[in-house]
Amino acid sequence: MLTAILAMVAIAVVIGLVLGWSAIRFKVEGNPLAEKIDAILPQTQCGQCGFPGCRPYAEAIAKGEADINQCPPGGEEGVKKLAELLGVEPKPLDETHGTPKPKSVAFIDEQTCIGCTLCIQACPVDAISGAAKQMHTIIAAECTGCELCLPPCPVDCISMVPLAEDLPHWKWKHPVIELKRVA
Amino acid sequence: MSRELFKFKGGVHPPEHKSDSSTQPIHAAPLPRKLVIPLRQHIGQAAKPVVNVGDRVLKGQMIGAADGYISAAVHASSSGVVTAIDLQPVPHISGLPDLCITLETDGRDEWIDHAPLDYQAMAPAELRMQLRDMGLTGLGGAVFPSAVKLDPGTAHHCPTLILNGGECEPWITCDDVLMRHHADEILQGVAVMRHLLGSTEILVGIEDNKPEAIAAMQAAAQKMDFAVEVVAVPTLYPGGGAKQMIETLTGKQVPSGKLSTDIGIQVFNVGTAYALARAVRHGEPLISRLVTVTGHVLRRQNFVVLIGTPMHTLITLAGDRDGTTGVLMGGPMMGVPMPNLDVPVVKATNCILVQSNELFPPLPPALPCIRCIRCADVCPAELQPQELFRFAKAGDFGRAQEYHLFDCIECGCCSYVCPSHIPLVDFYRYAKSEIWAHEKDKRAADLARERHEFRQFRLEREKKEKAEKLAAKALAKRAELAAEPAAAGSAATDADAKKALIAAALARAQAKKAEVAPKNIDHLPPDTQREIEEIEARRAKIRELARQPLESEEKT
Repeated sequence: MLTAILAMVAIAVVIGLVLGWSAIRFKVEGNPLAEKIDAILPQTQCGQCGFPGCRPYAEAIAKGEADINQCPPGGEEGVKKLAELLGVEPKPLDETHGTPKPKSVAFIDEQTCIGCTLCIQACPVDAISGAAKQMHTIIAAECTGCELCLPPCPVDCISMVPLAEDLPHWKWKHPVIELKRVA
Repeated sequence: MSRELFKFKGGVHPPEHKSDSSTQPIHAAPLPRKLVIPLRQHIGQAAKPVVNVGDRVLKGQMIGAADGYISAAVHASSSGVVTAIDLQPVPHISGLPDLCITLETDGRDEWIDHAPLDYQAMAPAELRMQLRDMGLTGLGGAVFPSAVKLDPGTAHHCPTLILNGGECEPWITCDDVLMRHHADEILQGVAVMRHLLGSTEILVGIEDNKPEAIAAMQAAAQKMDFAVEVVAVPTLYPGGGAKQMIETLTGKQVPSGKLSTDIGIQVFNVGTAYALARAVRHGEPLISRLVTVTGHVLRRQNFVVLIGTPMHTLITLAGDRDGTTGVLMGGPMMGVPMPNLDVPVVKATNCILVQSNELFPPLPPALPCIRCIRCADVCPAELQPQELFRFAKAGDFGRAQEYHLFDCIECGCCSYVCPSHIPLVDFYRYAKSEIWAHEKDKRAADLARERHEFRQFRLEREKKEKAEKLAAKALAKRAELAAEPAAAGSAATDADAKKALIAAALARAQAKKAEVAPKNIDHLPPDTQREIEEIEARRAKIRELARQPLESEEKT
């Protein structure tokens, strides 16, 4: 009887030690779920969701503190993908966080810009180049269209320009199949 | 002729319609008044303009320089003046304009200085750069920069070089006619390719519906100082596709997602070899090509056309007829409809096919897929077109990719046999384009994430650095002050040190204030002093007056 109990205790201790050691040895850095959610988010870093960037929003979703329908740039498609990942029902976008807009980039009117650097400080992805009392300009390829540079501009010289369709960005459209009239 | 041939899976036999244009001699299209030369004529980066509006350029002068490795230069097709560098309609199905250089030709057709290249004496890399700067691209349809294809890399060399004279698509005869008339020059181009790629086996594959071309190439092959095997392959669409030609001639299949060079084979179109020969032996950049003008025209024939010539001039030359319903660039299987006829001939234009209702009756409306699997029977890429269609239509692009969507060569066999007349290839093109766009967005998002994270890191670092700097400064100051009273001999407690610090700061501030205060009113003559006092009094009075009505207003 005693031998059996001792044996069980010994096994428990050994397994406990192995488990404890592997918990430390193979600890996963960060939250893997937040990582996956972050990969779906569009990385505009616009803060429309109410969090200061995509990563904090992803972490909030992972913790269950935020809903999946707060990201207007991600659109309905983004909500669908998040719902699929998290195994919940997709829901319509929460209008209080804004509505999806066509993809745009910021444009600085160089005639009006006074070189105050306020937009540079506001840009979440460092996509504005310039220096104090020097003209600023947007690096269009890196602009996410988050509109965070618009409010700080004291002379309102920044506008959002929707991306026009040109040849390198042209996409084949879904083919239209003419249906036969039967009646 | 004892070579064993293999058969690729699938394929169709559409009516050929080739004999009308292939039996006609080659005509040179006249020099147009205006040439519109697009800067994006090849796969890869568009060329960068290197001339300005108003410049006079000579025939063969580079007007757009290659931008990057996968790119090719573009050249003035004739002498004249650059009148515009702007967005112009280009031969693309979207109808969207693209950056073009417009030349007003002067009719003199004056060549720039050019000389043959001594390719055997040149380093291979130097020769490839030269070819890139001469605008050499594949002329079979994909318009891939030839200099890139002529680089065997350090790891693999290309033992087998295949010259593709298949020209399997109906109506098109430009390669056939080129082989009939310029077989010697084509093989001179092959000599250069062989030199660059180190190939030991050279095969020329020609479909057996072109006996004259086969005979001409065989006669030319006899004259070469290296072995060239001209092989007649069975006529079967799309036997002229690079992968199908490789399989027919060698029995090898290019694995999915790999290049033919990975199995030691490189394929070039005969037109590319001819252009290469012109470049090397005459120093002429790629400024013209052979174009078949056929279909609903009076005289179906091939023209030598300067790049940039508007398509409508060629149709007028061939004799336009009433009842034209549309124009395709390319053949009936893979050609793309042109949005208008002002678009220029580009390096990719092998054929201009004028359509009419008699020749190309409009397709009846599409019906639902009945899963008859005829498309799978004819698919030369051994895909399941009906499944790809289902996924593409439903927007399930991930599944489409699992079913090897990207192995589809868009040959159009599936659409050709579909009893429901479903435009299957359009669905595959749509799905591919969506997947590419999605990948592009993904890359942009990754870049934004990286930049945002770096910015967070930078802000954090700056904050830390600032705090550290301030702390170090305070520490230094405190140590300095602590040392002073110690030298004076008084007891220096921490509180005393702090007090002393404050006192010192106050004294400094006062000194600064005194320094800043204006000193020009200190020693004034009495009359100036009086004047100032008077002004001050007046100011006080005005202030008083200004306050009164306000107060009275407040009361009411």
